[in-house]
Amino acid sequence: MYNPFSLIGKKIFVTGSSSGIGASIAIESSKMGAQIILTGRNAVRLNDTFSQLDGKENIQIVGNLTNLEDIDSIIEQLPILDGLVLNAGVLKTMPVKNITTSAIEEVFNTNIISSIKLVQKLLKNKKINKGASIVFISSISSFNVKIGNSLYSATKGAINSFMKVLALELASQKITVNSIQPGFIKTRALSSGIITDEQLDAHAKIYPLGFGKPSDIAYACVYLLSDASEWVTGSVFTIDGGVTSNGGH
Amino acid sequence: MVLKDFVQVFAGQFDDTPVEEFTPSTIFMELEEWGSLVALSIISMIDEEFEKRVTGADLRSVKTIEELYNLIQTK
Ligand SMILES: NC(=O)c1ccc[n+]([C@@H]2O[C@H](COP(=O)([O-])OP(=O)(O)OC[C@H]3O[C@@H](n4cnc5c(N)ncnc54)[C@H](OP(=O)(O)O)[C@@H]3O)[C@@H](O)[C@H]2O)c1
Repeated sequence: MYNPFSLIGKKIFVTGSSSGIGASIAIESSKMGAQIILTGRNAVRLNDTFSQLDGKENIQIVGNLTNLEDIDSIIEQLPILDGLVLNAGVLKTMPVKNITTSAIEEVFNTNIISSIKLVQKLLKNKKINKGASIVFISSISSFNVKIGNSLYSATKGAINSFMKVLALELASQKITVNSIQPGFIKTRALSSGIITDEQLDAHAKIYPLGFGKPSDIAYACVYLLSDASEWVTGSVFTIDGGVTSNGGH
Repeated sequence: MVLKDFVQVFAGQFDDTPVEEFTPSTIFMELEEWGSLVALSIISMIDEEFEKRVTGADLRSVKTIEELYNLIQTK
């Protein structure tokens, strides 16, 4: 069957695939024919995603991306990749005057520094195929900011800038590099913690299409991982149910 | 942390309201300076000092600083 979005024969590594958006990216990509390598810290949730994958050659690797030894061991276990999705992330909310060193380290290490280290080491070890696709998961918070989210927004802006330079550097190898910046998707990160249901309901009203689902991001990711997007690089894709066109607040 | 110290740290999250205005029985949401930024400060202060998560709904479920202090102890 004619399908320019097929991922058959591609080996794709998805970070933060034990939950939420990353899990959906992994599952949908496997249904499009890819062989998936999953990673996350929580072995139980990782295995839950693993059990939902199509195909028999998928791999799961438990590890903490803020730990350099874990990064090295993950890289050792990886095959040569046709796709890389840098999705692991955390959100911590506090006003600037209450920022602590541990919060800076947690948010920056998880959201951007670990991805930089992973990409650097994968390139050095020649584990990214010519013609491969790299997708970063940023956030509309990179530009559509809210009080309390300074650290998170700073890392998401950094992702978009880093992505563009990487796109230039890898173009000669026909490797494409892009980012997706989602609006509000109901996942574990945002359905627990300091946000209440009433606040969520009020927030949903400013979304012209309502809140998104993880698969709304996964389908865009499938496109960016497929050969259909071979001329697409250095681009930031906003996928937000219309919220930032709506003034965003 | 004892209640007396909590009142001090709580007061420290405000920029304009003088410390002397804060007592255990202060109804904090009635303070003129109260707002979403101060609420975020209180939530992150409690996270840092007590390693406990309180939500916006938790803050709204109590009136006084002492009631908030007691709520944190039950977490
Ligand atoms: N949900 C939204 O509305 C939204 C909007 C815009 C952008 N995003 C971005 O989308 C991405 C996924 O978010 P989500 O909503 O799907 O959140 P989620 O359900 O909490 O998933 C986060 C993932 O990151 C992994 N992770 C976190 N810290 C890690 C670490 N130190 N080492 C390894 N893995 C780690 C988690 O795995 P373990 O816990 O198993 O380690 C989990 O799989 C994030 O980058 C987030 O910023 C989300």
